[in-house]
Amino acid sequence: MSELIRKNASELVEMLAKGEVSSVEITQAHIDQISKVGDAVHSFLHLTTENALAVAKEVDRRRASGESLPALAGVPIAVKDNLTTTDAPTTAGSKILEGWIAPYDATVVTRLRQEMMPILGKTNLDEFAMGSSTEFSAYGPSKNPWDLTRIPGGSGGGSSSVVSSFQSPLAIGSDTGGSIRFPGAVTGTVGIKPTYGAVSRYGLIALASSLDQIGPVARSVLDAALLQDVIGGYDPRDSTSLKDSLGSMVEAAKSGSLKGKKVGVIKQLSGAGFQQGVQNRFAEALKLITDAGAEIVEVDCPSFEYAIDAYYLILPAEASSNLAKFDSVRFGMRVTPEGNPTIERVMAATREAGFGPEVKRRIILGTYALSAGSFDKFYGAALKVRTLIQRDFDAAFANADVLVSPTAPTTAFKFGEKVADPLAMYLNDIATIPANLAGIPGISVPIGLADEDQLPVGIQFLAPAHKDAALYEVGAALEGILEGIWGKRMMDFAPKLEGN
Amino acid sequence: MSDVTPHLVRHLANLARIELDESEVVRFTEQLGLILDSVAKISSAIDENTPSTSHPIPLTNVFREDIIEPSLSQEQALSGAPDQGQGRFRVAAILDEE
Repeated sequence: MSELIRKNASELVEMLAKGEVSSVEITQAHIDQISKVGDAVHSFLHLTTENALAVAKEVDRRRASGESLPALAGVPIAVKDNLTTTDAPTTAGSKILEGWIAPYDATVVTRLRQEMMPILGKTNLDEFAMGSSTEFSAYGPSKNPWDLTRIPGGSGGGSSSVVSSFQSPLAIGSDTGGSIRFPGAVTGTVGIKPTYGAVSRYGLIALASSLDQIGPVARSVLDAALLQDVIGGYDPRDSTSLKDSLGSMVEAAKSGSLKGKKVGVIKQLSGAGFQQGVQNRFAEALKLITDAGAEIVEVDCPSFEYAIDAYYLILPAEASSNLAKFDSVRFGMRVTPEGNPTIERVMAATREAGFGPEVKRRIILGTYALSAGSFDKFYGAALKVRTLIQRDFDAAFANADVLVSPTAPTTAFKFGEKVADPLAMYLNDIATIPANLAGIPGISVPIGLADEDQLPVGIQFLAPAHKDAALYEVGAALEGILEGIWGKRMMDFAPKLEGN
Repeated sequence: MSDVTPHLVRHLANLARIELDESEVVRFTEQLGLILDSVAKISSAIDENTPSTSHPIPLTNVFREDIIEPSLSQEQALSGAPDQGQGRFRVAAILDEE
């Protein structure tokens, strides 16, 4: 295996600056890795490697002629396939959009192009980002590089598996209830959901607009920080985009410290219901956090008991409305039944053929939650629970700078284990959902392997809205401590993939 | 227990413009019932005085200046359509013959 693909993005930046390697060499090394392990892991839905090489070549040319370049110029990246791109199809993992080429780039994609980052391709996801395993992708699931019989998390399992199998140092994800952080936890990678509005959603195929947030997927906290500094910031094309700067995430990651921090352990998100190996690693991490000079306090968030229930009403309600645009008129599939059908029947036949089971289930659930007779009992009640969850966070952050929990209740599960039981699948997101409901930022950082299955475990830090930098600061500090103890990086524990 | 019936699922699917087959109606009737039974407990967490939150970060009146900016051309806007003609999206009849 080429040593280049095991480098963090921050190291590649340094090597490029020193002229030790060219962007073409780096990009080609990742393309070689894609040809070796791509079929086994199935991370990508579309490849844009030729365009990536063209960008790399241009970066090398400019560097050779002494022109100044953006910070991440020449470092390859992969993009989740629910972000629009003009040079590759955008399917959101659905048959209904098979082959569709968007007429515009998402703002995040535009920023990656301006940064001159070679985009390797579009990564797999559960259909319209509805799921925790990629098993609901219409194009087949991605595999977990730690164990190919297990899920890479979802919905962003393409992005998590691409980064953890060294097919790309960086990727973009989107997180509606944990779709960046849960895949990060189960693949031993770093995933961040920034503050709601910190990264433009223009060109993101909306799932639930009040919950969706785009963020970085990486193998180190500093790499994620480098990426958030590129993709974040105000965009007039997204009316929910934050106007105030959140500061430099790279500076926060570089200054990484836990000293004097008050770290709140969420009572409702530890202990019962969490796999023993997850609890063990989490308890050890808390000890390390204390040893590093932080103070651990317990915080009580009683409304979190209702978070999943509120989420599974708010999300389907918003999704049922957002997905109404897939109506066979402006883009995507059209199925015309026999005879001389009206447009209404064409729409119904198209949506029956084009949507998979989880999407249909959630659209119907959302339609019910919003209907006149049940609005107050379901959707209306869920919006009130959302207030209670925000109040719980406000009270918790009055006593703590950041909050912690395990990112997920279990390590990566096997394919087929939960796919027929929606309620069991929904529980994967128990620790990640509250942040989306409250709009606050969260990070998942790997903290070792569970004793019983030797699979990755993640810790989640949460911070108040706009305080994304705090996550990078404490995340980088803990990561540094753990790498010091291990004498290597988290991904160095991963078994070698076939073909390497 | 929930009162989700196959009739209700068919009605919702019709509202959502999805032509479910019978096996899906049976499966979704059962699953929707289980999900609704599970989520219904949220009503015990709240009372009539609890305010609603529809959006996580408060924002009001996000406007921009009313000036013309570049946008998609007609050709670009039509580029992904399953059927088009004379610069428009072409669709099946809106109304039945009756």
